[in-house]
Parts: sequence; C-alpha cells; structure tokens
Amino acid sequence: MSELLQFLFSGLTVGAVYALVALGFTIIFNASGVVNFAQGEFVMLGGMITVFAHAAGLPLPLAALIAIAVTAGVGVALNQLAIEPARGAPVVSLIIITIGASIFIRGAAQLVFDKQIHSFPAFSGTEPIHVLGATIQSQSLWVIGGAFAVFAGLWLFFTRTLLGRAVLATSNNRLAAQLVGINTRFIMTLSFALSAAIGAFGGVLVTPITLTSYDVGLALALKGFAGAMLGGMGNPKGAFVGGLMLGLLESLTAGYLSSQYKDAAAFVVILAVLFFMPQGLFGRKSTERV
Amino acid sequence: MSQKHATLLVLAALIALSPLFFPSGYYYRIGALMFVNALAVTGIVILTGYAGQISLGHAGFAGIGGYACALAPVHWCLPPALAVVLGAAISAVLAWLVGRPILRLKGYYLGVASLGFGILVAMVLNNERWLTKGPDGIEVPDLGLRGLLKDVGLDLSNGEFWYGLTGIALLVGAWLALNLYHSPTGRALRALHGSEVAAGTVGIDVARVKLQAFVISAVYASVAGSLLALQNKFITPDVAGFMHSIEMVTMAVLGGVGSVPGAVIGAGILTLLPQVLTVFADYEQVILGLVMMLVMIFLPQGLVPSVLRKLRGKDE
Amino acid sequence: MSLLEIQGLGISFGGLKAVQDVSFKVEPGEIVSVIGPNGAGKTTLFNMISGVYQPGAGRVVLDGQDVTGMEPFRLAARGMSRTFQNLQIFQNMTVLENAASGFHLRERGPVLADLLNLPGARRRARAAEAGARALLARVGLERAADRQAGNLSYGSLKRLEIARALALQPKVLLLDEPAAGCNAVETEEIDRLIAEVAASGTAILLVEHDMKMVMRISNHIVVLDHGEKIAEGAPLEVSRNPAVIAAYLGTEEATHADG
Repeated sequence: MSELLQFLFSGLTVGAVYALVALGFTIIFNASGVVNFAQGEFVMLGGMITVFAHAAGLPLPLAALIAIAVTAGVGVALNQLAIEPARGAPVVSLIIITIGASIFIRGAAQLVFDKQIHSFPAFSGTEPIHVLGATIQSQSLWVIGGAFAVFAGLWLFFTRTLLGRAVLATSNNRLAAQLVGINTRFIMTLSFALSAAIGAFGGVLVTPITLTSYDVGLALALKGFAGAMLGGMGNPKGAFVGGLMLGLLESLTAGYLSSQYKDAAAFVVILAVLFFMPQGLFGRKSTERV
Repeated sequence: MSQKHATLLVLAALIALSPLFFPSGYYYRIGALMFVNALAVTGIVILTGYAGQISLGHAGFAGIGGYACALAPVHWCLPPALAVVLGAAISAVLAWLVGRPILRLKGYYLGVASLGFGILVAMVLNNERWLTKGPDGIEVPDLGLRGLLKDVGLDLSNGEFWYGLTGIALLVGAWLALNLYHSPTGRALRALHGSEVAAGTVGIDVARVKLQAFVISAVYASVAGSLLALQNKFITPDVAGFMHSIEMVTMAVLGGVGSVPGAVIGAGILTLLPQVLTVFADYEQVILGLVMMLVMIFLPQGLVPSVLRKLRGKDE
Repeated sequence: MSLLEIQGLGISFGGLKAVQDVSFKVEPGEIVSVIGPNGAGKTTLFNMISGVYQPGAGRVVLDGQDVTGMEPFRLAARGMSRTFQNLQIFQNMTVLENAASGFHLRERGPVLADLLNLPGARRRARAAEAGARALLARVGLERAADRQAGNLSYGSLKRLEIARALALQPKVLLLDEPAAGCNAVETEEIDRLIAEVAASGTAILLVEHDMKMVMRISNHIVVLDHGEKIAEGAPLEVSRNPAVIAAYLGTEEATHADG
C-alpha cells in the first residue's frame, strides 16, 4: 500500500510536468494548428535561466520571474520569426520548422549557458513529508499544486474573460473571429507567450527534483506531445488529464514491471488508445465535409 | 528520353564522375554515407511525397535492418548479405502489422503513433543487452564481398568499395521509386494524397495502398540501415533513435518531398552540413536548426520544386 | 427489382435529424434528380448512398444486394461512382492522371510488378492512359491532358470529375451539382454529356440547383425538404405540386423554380 502510494506520488509529480507541457502544446495548437516540437525547450529555458540568474545573485523568486518572462519572449519570437512567415505551409514543413527551432534553442542554450547539469534549492526545504508510510518531497507538492493552479487559471481565463473567449473563438474559426473584430495576430502572439510561460513555469518548479541541462527539452516535448495526443489534440482538459495519466503510468510501470521500459509503457498505451479511439480519449469525432 | 531515364542517367553520372574530383579517400566515405541516407529518404518520398503520410519513426526500421546484420551472422550463421534480406523481411512484416492500425490515423496522430513505434524499437535495442549489448553498440561482421571482388582481380579500397556499392543501391532504389511513381499503384498513392474521399470513389482501397507504401518505405529504411551497419562494421541503438527519424524526414522535405531528385539533394546537403559544421564545433546545432527553419520558411515545398518553379516561371 | 433502391434512409448529427426516412428507386438508363431548398439534406443523402457517411437508418440496395454503409471503394467495384459538390480533384496530378485514376479497378496489379516496371505493369499503365485520353476527348479536355489539374478552370474541373467517374463504367453515377458554377455554354455541354451517359444505360442520380436543367433532363424527380421527401414524380407533376411550391417559396430557389 505504501509502495503504491509512493509510486502514485512520483507519478503525479512527473505527470504534472507532462501536463504543463501538454497544455502548452494545446494552446499553440488551438491558436495556430501547429504542433510545436520546441515546447520542451521552454521547460529547459525556464529551469536554466533561473539557475543562472540565481547564481548571479538574484533571489530565487525574482530569478524565476525573469526566466518565465524571457521564455515568453522566446515564444513570441518563435511565432513572429518562424511560424507566422510560414503560414499555409504543409504540415510536414511546419513540423520541421518547430523541430529546427528546438535544435536551434538547444544549441543556443549550450552556447549561452553550458553543458553541465544544474539545479537550485527546493522552495521550502528538502525535509520529506511522510504520508501513510510513503514519503513525498515538499517540492513535489509545489509541482503538482503549480500544475493544478495553472490549469484552474487557464480555465478561468478561457471561460470568464473576454480575451480568453477571443482565443477560443480564434481557434474555432479564424476567419469568423477576424470578421467579428478579433485581432487574430495578437491572439497568436498571446498564445505563444502563454504557452512558453507555462512551459517555463513547469521548468522552474521541477528543476530542484529532476535537475536540468541544455538537452532536457526533447524528451519532455515527446512526453507532453504524447500526453496531449492521449487526451485528444486540441482539448485542454484532455491534455491535462492525459499528461497526468502518462506520468502515473510511467511510474507504475517503473515500479511494478520494469524501470527500463517505463517510457515504453507510455507509447504502448498511446498506440492502444489511438487504435481503439483514433481521436484520443476526449477528442471529438469530426465528420469530413465533402 | 523520359524524365525517369533522364533522372537516373544524371544520378548515375554524378555517382560515377564525382570521385574524379575527390581530393582524398575520406570523400568516398562521405559519398557512401550520402547514398545510404538518400536511399532511406527515397523510401520517405514514397510514403510522404507520393502517399502523403507522415512517419516520425522510420529510423526504427533502419535499426532493425542494421541489427539484423549485426546479429543474424553471429547467432544463426547467416551470411551478412542474407542478413540484409532478413532485416528487410522483418521490417516489412513489422510495418505491415504496425501499419494496419496506425495508418487509419491522420496527420499528427499518425505522426505520434509512428514516433511511438520508433521509440519502442530504440528502447528494445538499448535495453536488451543480452542480445544487442546495449547503448554502447555492437560489432557488425564484414560483408565479405570486397574479398570476393579482390579474388577476381578487382582490388578496391574499403572507401571505394562502399562508395560503389551504396551508389548502386541508391540507383536501384531510385529506379524502383521512379517506376512506382508512374505505375497504377503510384497513381493510386498520389490520388489518395490529393483526396482520400475521391480516391475511394474510384475504387482505390485507401487503407490497403497506404499500407503498401508504408511497407515499401520500411524496406528502404531497413536496407539503408543494413548498409550503414555493414559499412561502419559497427552499430549503436542511435540508428533507431528519434533524431534519426527526424533527420530522414527533414532530408526528404528539404529537397522536396515529392521527388526522387529532391531526396538525393536533401540527403546530400544534410549529410554534408554536419561535416562542414564540425569546423564550427559548438555552433553546429545552432546552424543546423537555423538552416532547417530558413529553408522551410522560404522554400516550404523544398529546394528542388521551388527551384524548378523559379526556372519554369522564367520560361512562361 | 430496380437497379438502385433507397429504402427509408436516415441520419442524424448530434440529435439533429439531417435526413429522415427517404425512399425511392432508380432504373437503368434513368435520370433521377434530387432537389430541394438549401440545407434540405441532398448532399447528406448522397454521402449516405455513396458510403461516405454511415446511415443511421434504412437500406441502400444496389442490383439486389444490400450495400448500406459499404465503403466507397467497395461500392465502386460494384458499379457505383460519384462526383462531388465541392470538387475532389487530385490537384497534385495532371489532368490525364486524374482521368486515368478512374481506371484503377481495371488496371491495378501486383505492387511488385509496378515497382519493377514489368511488361504487365507497363501495359496496364498504358491501357489506363489510353482510356483516359479517350474520356478526356469525350468531355472536351483532350488538349489539357498534360496540365496540372490544379490549374484548370472550375468548369473544366467539373467535367474532369465526370470523366474520372465515367472511367469506372458505372451502373449508377451520382452527380452532385455537376453544373454549379458553370456558365451557360458549359452547362449545356454537361447537360448533353449526362443525356449521353444515360442513353448508354447508366442510371444517373443527380443533385442540381439549375431547375431548367433538372426539368429538361430528368425522368423522375425526388423533392426533399428539411431532410424528408415531400414529393416525387415526373418533372411536370412535381413542379405543380403545392407542397413543393410551398417549400420553395420564400427561398431564393423560388426564382429558379419559376424560370
């Protein structure tokens, strides 16, 4: 029992990060129809910039804020410089652009920072908390809590604010949104900023646990992508749940089956889900109009 | 002379004449690497360019082809040349089994499903140390053909031999792909790329021809993986990794995914680029990423079609 | 037994009944038109008959066999072919290749033969191309054969789609607004083409907005409104039916109906 609980804790922690990456994917996908393979790089930037800003003497909260803001700027730049100019290009080309961006950001991070593995202190000490025979690091609670807070915030933003609804309207029908006077270019910029900031926030939260280096982004992007896909592309709730489930699945596989094949479990389940539900768990079935 | 024959002739001439300009034996190796990549990318052209299906996991088949050459000769005493065939057969069967469910998916869903497949293969190669010796890689036996050639009086250096063999393999691969393009099957593939609904109404069994394209492209990747392993006499699980899958797709798209010449040019550029970039050491990734983005932004159809369009535009 | 029998066909999207309990029959060589105001469910009906949508209720019987919800490619093999309201042309191929793709069922062969360019594969490819050229001549597109299909005018694409469908030598041909967007001359050409095809024994099921054309060439007309059949019969009969006139009144179609 305590063992199971232990696995659930670690699964939720990892899953929370996947969920944040998956949410980021979904926001950009909805606004632009692009799957952004550089999403994992946002997480890396969040962690790395915080590390270096903190090492330069800034207090941790300020360093984290700077990291999130800078990463959001990178997200906006990615949109303006690479995605906007390629509007209307085939899906494969867009995939290559974002993968190119991911390689570029990784290469730049390696130049600006270094190739070492880094971390910074946990927010509220390293004293583990004991629950029913299992232990959980306090930082894990930050990660899980942070992810849920972001999800709740997004939900409020999309349902309660005019701007959030404008984003939804744009993702539903870009042309119609333009016709009712929504500045869809601004919405795109906002989506990339938001998505990058969420990724960076995840990076800040998780770095004390998993550590960070210039090349952690790709694996995270793949898992986040898988999580988003598991939930059904374009559905924020699905992305969040999908990400969490993926984390749990990995941790349970690692605990009970084989730690080497924990990553395999995720993809086996995704293949199975896509096999039986080609639109993902929460995706809508779309009927092609001819 | 048809366009097909012109393409093959130019390709053959390039392969045969380029060595005249090689300053050193090292260039034979680069050339052979280019040809192997171009062969794998030709498979992607059939899958993505003809049929319009995206795979982000084709390196998995290259891994199978490569490890077949490493393992089959040792464990089953199969001659390496037959191991290439065995690898291709295993890849074809796996592609058929995996393709049936995942090819029903569209766009990004197909992307992630094929990605999952590739990652699973890479993972098995990494983890089953008893068989594959894990992440550090494994030695691959010699093909033995070069020795045979020497016996009949054709004494080639290792570089020359592999340059020639991979060049011939590429020519055969290009010939097959060009044949397919103009054949009824190729027409069906391109039709479903244009409109799956309309393809159905003319009687094309979309699921079936998609699967055929997937299997064919898997065999291309597998043979390319085999040739790479035999040439290097060594193979690591990286050959099946995600980055290798991406590399294949990027090469195809860079050159122009619909055409065989595009595949060769894309593979050529992206094989050479890292060689050139090693001079810049730390800047390699930044430049590579930048090149990928710039080409796709300014020439979204790829180099070959974009250049052709410019040329034709002048005629009209 | 009729060639094509539609029995109580229906479908709903998210609780909304798009088509409900529609029945009619089509005989060989007959031209049957389905008309009705915009949104009456004509194209949805077509999509069900041709297997693009799975019907929620009812049956489609082709040549005495139940083919309800059968995939389009299987229907094609049984002699049903169609065109689309918003063109489904293979834009990435030449005009000739588009037409040649219609010969797929007769000219397909083993993939291996195609890869190796065996004599059989070459012969099949040539046969398809020869057939395609003949069809292009029939629809007046022979001179555009080698052009990229995407570059053709709208009217030409409409004819290309018909040529592609005719390549299958179908028993039943479904035409979804073949004359939409065409000028008077083009409409007349299509008109003549349809009559020719029907005269050769092919049954034609037609959705069309051009009432003049419908009245002129149809043997039988089925009228839909709000997804239900409200009338059917010979052109003259239908045009005098009060329910039909009521359905069209107040919609822009009324102008077409009187003219």
